[in-house]
Amino acid sequence: MTINKTDPGFKYDVAAEPGGEAIKYCFACGTCTAACPVRAIDERYNPRKIIRMILLGLRERVLSSDFIWLCSTCYSCEERCPQGVSFAEIITAVKNIAAREGKLHPAYVTQLDLLKQFGRLYELEEFDNKKRAKMGLAELKTTCDEVGKLLEES
Amino acid sequence: MENKYALFLGCTIPLRGRQYEKSAVEVARLFGAELEPQQDFACCGFPIKSATREGTLLLAARNLAVAEEAGLEVLALCSSCASVLAEVAEELAEDDGLRSRVNEKLAKVNRKVEKPPRVRHFARWLYEEVGPEAIKEKVVAPLGDFRFAVHYGCHYLKPSWAFHDAEDPEAPHSIGDLLRATGAAVVDYAEYKKCCGGALLGIDAELSLAIAGEKLTRVKAAGPDAVVLVCPFCAVMYDDNQKKIAAQLEQKLELPVLFLPQVLGLALGLSSQDVGLKLAKNKCEKLLAAFAGE
Repeated sequence: MTINKTDPGFKYDVAAEPGGEAIKYCFACGTCTAACPVRAIDERYNPRKIIRMILLGLRERVLSSDFIWLCSTCYSCEERCPQGVSFAEIITAVKNIAAREGKLHPAYVTQLDLLKQFGRLYELEEFDNKKRAKMGLAELKTTCDEVGKLLEES
Repeated sequence: MENKYALFLGCTIPLRGRQYEKSAVEVARLFGAELEPQQDFACCGFPIKSATREGTLLLAARNLAVAEEAGLEVLALCSSCASVLAEVAEELAEDDGLRSRVNEKLAKVNRKVEKPPRVRHFARWLYEEVGPEAIKEKVVAPLGDFRFAVHYGCHYLKPSWAFHDAEDPEAPHSIGDLLRATGAAVVDYAEYKKCCGGALLGIDAELSLAIAGEKLTRVKAAGPDAVVLVCPFCAVMYDDNQKKIAAQLEQKLELPVLFLPQVLGLALGLSSQDVGLKLAKNKCEKLLAAFAGE
């Protein structure tokens, strides 16, 4: 790591995102990391280390990494943090920044396309409605164009 | 009917969790409540939070607007839907500035949130509004011969602030209490609070299945007749993907997977058809045999 490859402003960018504000209260105790079910089996994902990288300003390394996409959103880190920091929210803030910089994980590109098309993650076809009717379940609409319109607004 | 709720199904249940929906509707009916899916409900917004938090906010707010328009409280069957809708309902109720900003965007699809409706998980509603005692009184087919392992999952309990600290996520007991009301035993097992890994299935399948596998190994060791859960995506992991998990673990699992209202429904006198008992990939043969004649 060389100092001219760091961006001391990165932590402020993260703090400016909704949910990212609390990063300044982290005192690096590692409780989040001990609570993390992903970290328990995969060393690539280390919440404490990711927070240090953000504070050090390793902007490109963090935003271009594979590891930022590995949060399972279980919220154990948030529940157990003694400082009221939600690492789940911080990593969401980081991913949102990555997305705006054109680095969105392809899985989410696909999901956004599906939502724009169908209003839900899986296409519900007439065939599915027939199966639902057989069980006495209500027929559901197969599309919702309001979802696409709202995603254009976001 | 006065005791009516807007049933939030989300993306997964209409296609891959119809036994959950059917059994929940039937069980609610036994206690005089009607769960009505709203035609205009769409994705809750949770799946895209990593990509756009703003998008999540707008999609969740839109669903809340639909329920508010219908004048109904929301009951969600999917834990992730329940958590994000509860979070956003809370944020919109507390922050006037946020609400008016969101309403400016919702206006483009002719929606508006003024007073966000109350949002609860269906299992939370069962626990709070019906409760183990009332269930116990109505049991007609006690399940004393059965032992179940509960998988609470994450978003039924967390983030706890969104659910007004309804239950301590470090010591959950509500689903176990409801199951015990049927006469069944609930087994203890290590790491019973752990995540299913489902959110990572589309990102890194091997890692996602490894998280699920670690937990199912623990469940298996406790020797239950089935694992019981309250989230369709946990079921996608543990039921739909159980074969892949077992292959990755190089061991047999053969663990039946059930949704909470399926078990309650059988004990309360519903038939195996009423609760869609045959719809799981890993069926509970022991329950099927016990309720074969119905």
